[in-house]
Amino acid sequence: MTDAPKIELNGLAKSFGDKHVLRGIDLSVGQRESVVIIGGSGTGKSVMLKCILGLLGSDKGSVKIDGKDATNLSGSALDAHQAKFGMLFQGSALFDSLPVWHNVAFKLAQQPGISRKEAKARAIETLASVGLSPDVGDIYPAELSGGMQKRVALARAIAAKPEIIFFDEPTTGLDPIMADVINELIVKCVREVGATAISITHDMASARKIADRIAMLYEGRIIWQGSKENIDRSGNPYVDQFINGRAEGPIKMQVRKL
Amino acid sequence: MNPLAIIGRSFLDFLTVVGVLARFSIRSVKHCVIPPFYLRQTAKQFIDIGDYSLPVVGLTALFTGMVLALQSHTGFSRFDAESAIPTVVVLSITRELGPVMAGLMVAGRIGAAIAAELGTMRVTEQIDALTTLSTNPFKYLIAPRLIAGTLMLPILVLVSDVIGVFGGFFVCVYELQFNAANYISQTWEFLESSDVTSGLWKAAAFGFIITLMGCYHGFNSRGGAQGVGKATTNAVVSASILILVVNYLLTGLFFAGK
Repeated sequence: MTDAPKIELNGLAKSFGDKHVLRGIDLSVGQRESVVIIGGSGTGKSVMLKCILGLLGSDKGSVKIDGKDATNLSGSALDAHQAKFGMLFQGSALFDSLPVWHNVAFKLAQQPGISRKEAKARAIETLASVGLSPDVGDIYPAELSGGMQKRVALARAIAAKPEIIFFDEPTTGLDPIMADVINELIVKCVREVGATAISITHDMASARKIADRIAMLYEGRIIWQGSKENIDRSGNPYVDQFINGRAEGPIKMQVRKL
Repeated sequence: MNPLAIIGRSFLDFLTVVGVLARFSIRSVKHCVIPPFYLRQTAKQFIDIGDYSLPVVGLTALFTGMVLALQSHTGFSRFDAESAIPTVVVLSITRELGPVMAGLMVAGRIGAAIAAELGTMRVTEQIDALTTLSTNPFKYLIAPRLIAGTLMLPILVLVSDVIGVFGGFFVCVYELQFNAANYISQTWEFLESSDVTSGLWKAAAFGFIITLMGCYHGFNSRGGAQGVGKATTNAVVSASILILVVNYLLTGLFFAGK
C-alpha cells in the first residue's frame, strides 16, 4: 500500500457558463478513509463527485487517484479510471427494465465467461449482505419501497468490490429508522469491501455515523474540514449554522423578499 | 433588441445544433462498428422496432394502397386509362409512399418511445449509473437502437410494399371489377428492381434518422418530466421533417439521370 492519498483534489474548478459552481477545491482522502462532504443544496457537491468520476470535465485544477493524475481523461484511460468506482445515486437510479438481481450483477454479467446463473448467484449473495431475501431478486425495482430500492442500489454499488465508493445523499427521502439502517449498512459494507468512501449529505445524523472526517463545502470551496468529533467545536460560524440548522447566520439563503 | 442581433443569434444557435448533432452521430456510429457489442440489447430492439411496428405500418400501407387505387380510378377513367392504375399503384407505393408513410408512422411510434425511455433514464441518473458500472451508454443504449432501426425499417417497408399493392388490388378487383390476373400481370409489367431497392435504401436512411433523433433528444434531455415531454416532441417533429427533406434529396439522387 502506498502512502499517497487515495483521492487528491487540487484547486478543482468548474463553471457552467458564468455560473461558477466549484471555485477551487482542495481535498485529500486517505486510503480506506470515509469522508463526508456537507453543504447546502446547490453548493456543488454532486458536481464535485461527477468531476472526480470523469462524468463532467473540470476547467482548472487536478484530480489524482493513488498519486496518479486523472484529470479530464478520455478513451480507454477514462474507462479504466471509472472501473475503480462504485456509486450510490440519490434517486437510486436502478435500471427499471431489469429485475433486481440483474441490476445488482450488472457489471459482473458484462464480463466474459460469467454465465447468467453464476451472476445471479453472486447477486443473491450481495443482496443478503444488505439484508434482502433471495426472492427480492426476481422482482422489478418499481415494485420496491424507497428504502428497499436504496438497499438494492447499495448492493449494486458494492457488488463489483470497487476501490472507491461515492454516496450521493444516501438517506434523503427515507424515514429516520430506515435512514439509520442504510447508514449502518454503508459503514458495514465499506469496511467489508475495504473501500475509500466519499459521501455527500445534508443529514447531520447520517454524517456523524458514516464519517471518519467531515468537510464543509460552501460557495464552491471547502471552508472547513476536521474529524467528526471536532465538528461541534469547529469555531466556524458557517459550520455552526449548518449543523444546527439555523436560518439566521452568515449563510444567506437566496430567498426573494415578498 | 437589435433585429440583426436576433437573426445572428438564431443563425449561430442553428449552427451550434448542427455541430453538436454531427458530433453525436459520428460518436454513435463509431460505437456501432467497434466492439464490444450488446447482442441481447440489439435483439430486443429488433423485436421492439420490427415486430411491434408491423401492425400499424401494415394498416397504413393497406389503406394507402386502397385510396391510391380509388383516386387514380376517378381520374384515369375520365380518359379511359384504367389499365395504368396497377402501375401507378405499385410505383407510388414502392418508390415513395411505402417508405415515407412507414417512416412517419415509425417516427411517431418508435422515435417517441426511444426519446421518452432515454430521457427518463437521463433525468433519473440511470445513464450516469451505467457509466459507473463500466458500461458505455453509447454502446449499451444507442448503438443497439441505431443498428436495429437501420436494418429493420427496410424489412418493414418490404412487407408494407406487398400489403400496399394488395390494398390497390383489393379495391380494383372487388370494388371496380378489374380482372385479377390482368391486374397482377400489369403490376409486374413496368416494375423494375430499382423501384423497390431505391425505396429500401430510403427506408434504411429513415430508420437511422428516426432512431438517431430519438436517442439524441432523449440522451440530452434536461429537467424532469417536462424535459422528457419536450424531448419526445422534438424527437418526433425533427425526425418527421428530416424524413421529408431526406426523401426529396434521395429521390433526386436515385432518379436524377432518368
